[in-house]
Amino acid sequence: MLLALDTATPDVTVALRDDDRVVATAGGDHPMRHGEQLAPAIAEVLAAVDATPRDVTAIAVGTGPGPFTGLRVGIVTARTMAAVLGIPTYGVCSLDVLAAQAADAGAVEGRFLVASDARRTEVYWAAYDVAGPGADVVRLDGPHVGPAADLPAELRALPVVGEGGRLYPVAFGDVRGPERPSAAALAEVVAAERVALSDPEPRYLRRPDAVELSARKRVS
Amino acid sequence: MTDEPLVLGIESSCDETGVGLVRGTTLLADAVASSVEEHARFGGVVPEVASRAHLEAMVPTLERACDEAGVSLWDVDAIAVTSGPGLAGALLVGVAAAKALALTLGKPLYGVNHVVGHVAVDQLEHGPLPPECLALLVSGGHTNLLRVSDIASDVEELGGTLDDAAGEAFDKVARLLDLPYPGGPSIDAVAAEGDPAAIRFPRGLTSQRDLERHRYDFSFSGLKTAVARWVEAKEAAGEPVPVADVAASFREAVCDVLTRKAFDAARAHGITDMVVGGGVTANARLREMAAVRAEAAGVRLRTPRPRLCTDNGAMIAALGAAVVAAGQEPSGLDLAVDSSLPPSEVRG
Ligand SMILES: [Zn+2]
Repeated sequence: MLLALDTATPDVTVALRDDDRVVATAGGDHPMRHGEQLAPAIAEVLAAVDATPRDVTAIAVGTGPGPFTGLRVGIVTARTMAAVLGIPTYGVCSLDVLAAQAADAGAVEGRFLVASDARRTEVYWAAYDVAGPGADVVRLDGPHVGPAADLPAELRALPVVGEGGRLYPVAFGDVRGPERPSAAALAEVVAAERVALSDPEPRYLRRPDAVELSARKRVS
Repeated sequence: MTDEPLVLGIESSCDETGVGLVRGTTLLADAVASSVEEHARFGGVVPEVASRAHLEAMVPTLERACDEAGVSLWDVDAIAVTSGPGLAGALLVGVAAAKALALTLGKPLYGVNHVVGHVAVDQLEHGPLPPECLALLVSGGHTNLLRVSDIASDVEELGGTLDDAAGEAFDKVARLLDLPYPGGPSIDAVAAEGDPAAIRFPRGLTSQRDLERHRYDFSFSGLKTAVARWVEAKEAAGEPVPVADVAASFREAVCDVLTRKAFDAARAHGITDMVVGGGVTANARLREMAAVRAEAAGVRLRTPRPRLCTDNGAMIAALGAAVVAAGQEPSGLDLAVDSSLPPSEVRG
């Protein structure tokens, strides 16, 4: 079975898929509490179908971009479980998952943007082209991080999927749902090989905030 | 002996990713990956840099510990993890990994206190702790004086630092003297050539008035400022700064106040065993002064070897083993990190 999880947004989302379909999903009720909610959600999806961790044959994990702390919780969980079980871990750009979700829901077709909340009045974004529901997800540009208003006007004119669109309605004219990626969609796109798979490496896109040493300050 | 549970400990509260394996009080593996060099150009630990390094080091360090001990993760009977105190984002990486292990292996999870782990680790070196002891823990992140009646369940905080940890004071003074980060080893090296009595720097919270309220507490920010003013006055006068004397005198002030208060507590409580732990015990003068004062006070001193004094997974496994042996309940998979977990709470 494929275990899928994503912690690149304030949500925790987990799904379990057998050879045919998603058989269980779980998530947390409290935003930004990935560390507390992820492991119980994994235990929950396994218990829902009387499965054990040894029944898991592969793990798919959202690699962001997204807030770093939550992102790391998901990735270290996937990597550790995979190391114990000796199974592969597939990383998937979380924006790609949301793009597929939007296309499959019929919310978009052709070219569009996905934008998520990067805080500090910025968005994580990427541009896509999807032929229609169930089609391959083609990322044309991104992922990038920056202020919504700084995107080229022709991109901002495209339909926008994701929380970033709702947060910056002035910059983005045509805002559509869904807002956040789900692990069920992640499991489906990995099983159908509709997205690019990567190593389970976090997509930080930003350097750590830190100031290098300069001349020392006087105290008196 | 072999029927004691095999406990794996994970540590990620600051800049070391540690995984230890312990059976009872026997150390089987102690694998550590440090990001200390990545922090050097910032002059202190940068939380985001530390968290990123923990993520990259976690699985390789787990595998290295298993190789060292010649065991498989499937042999592990219990997982212990630092759930506080420390940097929240850094703690979360270790706790998430520990939960993933517990969940996948179907083994119990125990969230434990990092500071108490610094005491428990001594059991790996000197065997079971006496029924009651004092512990002086000094590192870049903490400065605590504890009374330990039961390592798994009964720890009382007698005092702690009101501002900087002792190790932080070393880092800051090293910067003042243009010595490299981390400050502990670089000041120690330079101080060996200096005169510890050259400058009388202040001993924080030792005046009669302070002792009434803060008998076992520490303060190092005033000392740091005093060193800065002294150095600036020299520079302003156009005189060379006697770096070795400043380092030696500063180190003397820190070690004096740490050991003075610790042995005062031993006397006051009639306790005759003391553990001195934490990364700052790598400091030669601290060990020497503690040994002299222990001798004078009739206190048996227990100091783990330097490798076990710095942050590592073995100390967490050691505390985990004590908690398991005491028959305590495991933590849930919803265990939260607590960046300011007080030392009196052995379990996170
Ligand atoms: Zn420590």
